[in-house]
Amino acid sequence: MDQGTLSRLSALTENGKVNRALGRGQDGVEEVTAQALAEGHSPAAVLEALTAGMAVVGDRFAAGKAFVPNMLLAARAMSAGMALLKPFFDSGEVQRKGVFIIGTVFGDLHDIGKNLVAMAAEGAGWSVVDLGVDIQPEGFTAALDANPGAVVGLSALLTTTMGNMEPVIQAIRRARPDTRVIVGGAPLTREFADKIGADGYSSNPAGAVELLAGFAAEPSGGAL
Amino acid sequence: MRFAELAVGDPSRLLFGTAPKPVKTRRGLEIGGGTVYPELNFTLPPMQVSEATFPEVREIYRSVVAEALDHARHLNSPGVVFEFETLLEFTRHPAWGVELVAVMDELCEQAWRDHGFASEIRLTPNDLREFDRPPRNRTSQYLDAMWELFDKGAAVGGDLLSIESTGGKEVHDDALMMCDVKGVVFALAVLGVRDMRFMWSRIVEIATANGRIAGGDTACGFANTAMVLAEKGFIPAVFSALVRVVSAVRTLVAVEEGATGPDKDCGYEGPYLKAITGTPISMEGKSSACAHFSPVGNIAACAADLWSNESVQNVKLLSGMAPIVSLEQLEYDARLMNTASAAGQAGDLQRLFAASDRALDPQAFVLAPDNVIAIAGEIVQAHSHMDAAVRAASKALDLMTQAHGTGALAIPEAEEPWLDMLGEALADIPQTESQLIEEMLPVYGDKFVPQEYGL
Repeated sequence: MDQGTLSRLSALTENGKVNRALGRGQDGVEEVTAQALAEGHSPAAVLEALTAGMAVVGDRFAAGKAFVPNMLLAARAMSAGMALLKPFFDSGEVQRKGVFIIGTVFGDLHDIGKNLVAMAAEGAGWSVVDLGVDIQPEGFTAALDANPGAVVGLSALLTTTMGNMEPVIQAIRRARPDTRVIVGGAPLTREFADKIGADGYSSNPAGAVELLAGFAAEPSGGAL
Repeated sequence: MRFAELAVGDPSRLLFGTAPKPVKTRRGLEIGGGTVYPELNFTLPPMQVSEATFPEVREIYRSVVAEALDHARHLNSPGVVFEFETLLEFTRHPAWGVELVAVMDELCEQAWRDHGFASEIRLTPNDLREFDRPPRNRTSQYLDAMWELFDKGAAVGGDLLSIESTGGKEVHDDALMMCDVKGVVFALAVLGVRDMRFMWSRIVEIATANGRIAGGDTACGFANTAMVLAEKGFIPAVFSALVRVVSAVRTLVAVEEGATGPDKDCGYEGPYLKAITGTPISMEGKSSACAHFSPVGNIAACAADLWSNESVQNVKLLSGMAPIVSLEQLEYDARLMNTASAAGQAGDLQRLFAASDRALDPQAFVLAPDNVIAIAGEIVQAHSHMDAAVRAASKALDLMTQAHGTGALAIPEAEEPWLDMLGEALADIPQTESQLIEEMLPVYGDKFVPQEYGL
């Protein structure tokens, strides 16, 4: 097995190279993922290479040396590789870090911050269920029914909609008491998050991913 | 394009307090007529808005406006504009919004009657059409409520009508995240322009029917989103600066449809509007840090006719309630500008405003009066809105590149490669609108409904 293939896969992910069709004839993550699997690399090793590429972009972003489009391109490239790993996820040969359900609470239409958190979570190896905006409590609990044990993220941008997080959390607690819920959004504070019973608060996508990593290391009881 | 030449062609004349086409209000403000007035916007503290809490909401609006009027008179303010930028609930339930306008107007009228103190209300309903994904911009179930609030709110005292319209935002949000200049031009100058025509022809009609003033729009959902993202380091500031100048082409359409100004506060593209059309503008800068941060705190004041705080929550600070604190800050800012004008030193203050910010951030750089005039000059030479958008962005990029080369503009190292990348992206934009639409449909076709833009 050529270890260089995995290094190349990481580099292609980092640079957002999706596939040959989009890369003016140059191999992208799609082709090199197939190559790595064909060479006999384990799906877990391939996943690690993809995640490592994303991590490099994430670090550059955190250092102010890269921007969201760099992250998005890397995420797209990683998705191309993940598509080829799907059979191995389905069979259980490799596992994601968990399922992360995210949505903007009812009454609120803002979604850029939510989208950034979703993207960062996906890049960190989570399976993301993005419910969209203006989501009622039932929308979150239904998603939890379909994904028991998932972590839930709530977003709100307005002072008049941040209060809608509390009934959502209450509905989640009633339906699945062990569920971990994190919250974020411009008007929120850690104190507010504590007050409404959230398990975590972050003002930025990187912080949200750190919270998720903490939950993955210490699951709440449900199968992640 | 309705405007083929600049109303203000000399940067030194692109000046606060003075617009070629001032707007007179019914209670005696002459906006753009030589005086800068504060424009105060406030919002509720964290609370639920419902039938049950509405009496409390009404009391908050009443008490804030009453206290603000008293404090404005105490400060010898020449007058004040209150912006009632509605919460979603007040547009969803127009009767609530109308009632609040009436409450505020009664106080303004009382101050005028009893003390001769001039104040007016800017009524800014929400653009609720975003609740549909993709939005149904022309057939939305929410349009009736929006029009009702405009109409009945104007009838009971909403003097200046404005909106942060969002047509094209469903595409623009994605274009922003990818720093896709072509997508930005498509969203703002193709979709946005079409939606602005639809919205503003109706708003002007309502204003005329009620004897009110069609103020103007703002690219808040577009260019201010970019500015906030750049502030957080999510996208390059050089890209955000291009979004700002392109957004001017979209905001201009309100005036093309008959709006007379003052343009809305958070439209930082306002100086372009003033240079092109001569209408007065509201601006916000350092005194809006209570709502959001920005790199344009001083330079935004260069051409302001109203000086705003964007919005502040009604919470208690050491000195008093936050809206009254904001009012005092705005009043002192305005007083300094008006004193400079009276002393014949407005030009000096304008130059200081510009000089203090322009070299530190590309978004401030494109608001410097000389750059505004140079870029606006490209817009008025264009044969279409799309052409204007590309010309404006290209000129802005040239100016930023040159200034960076001479050390007149600081651009972080991480952003330097973007100057070339953005130049290449601009050069890749096709010549005609139909070609651009054809190229954009496969990329963003699932985000918008072409028929809702008349396409």
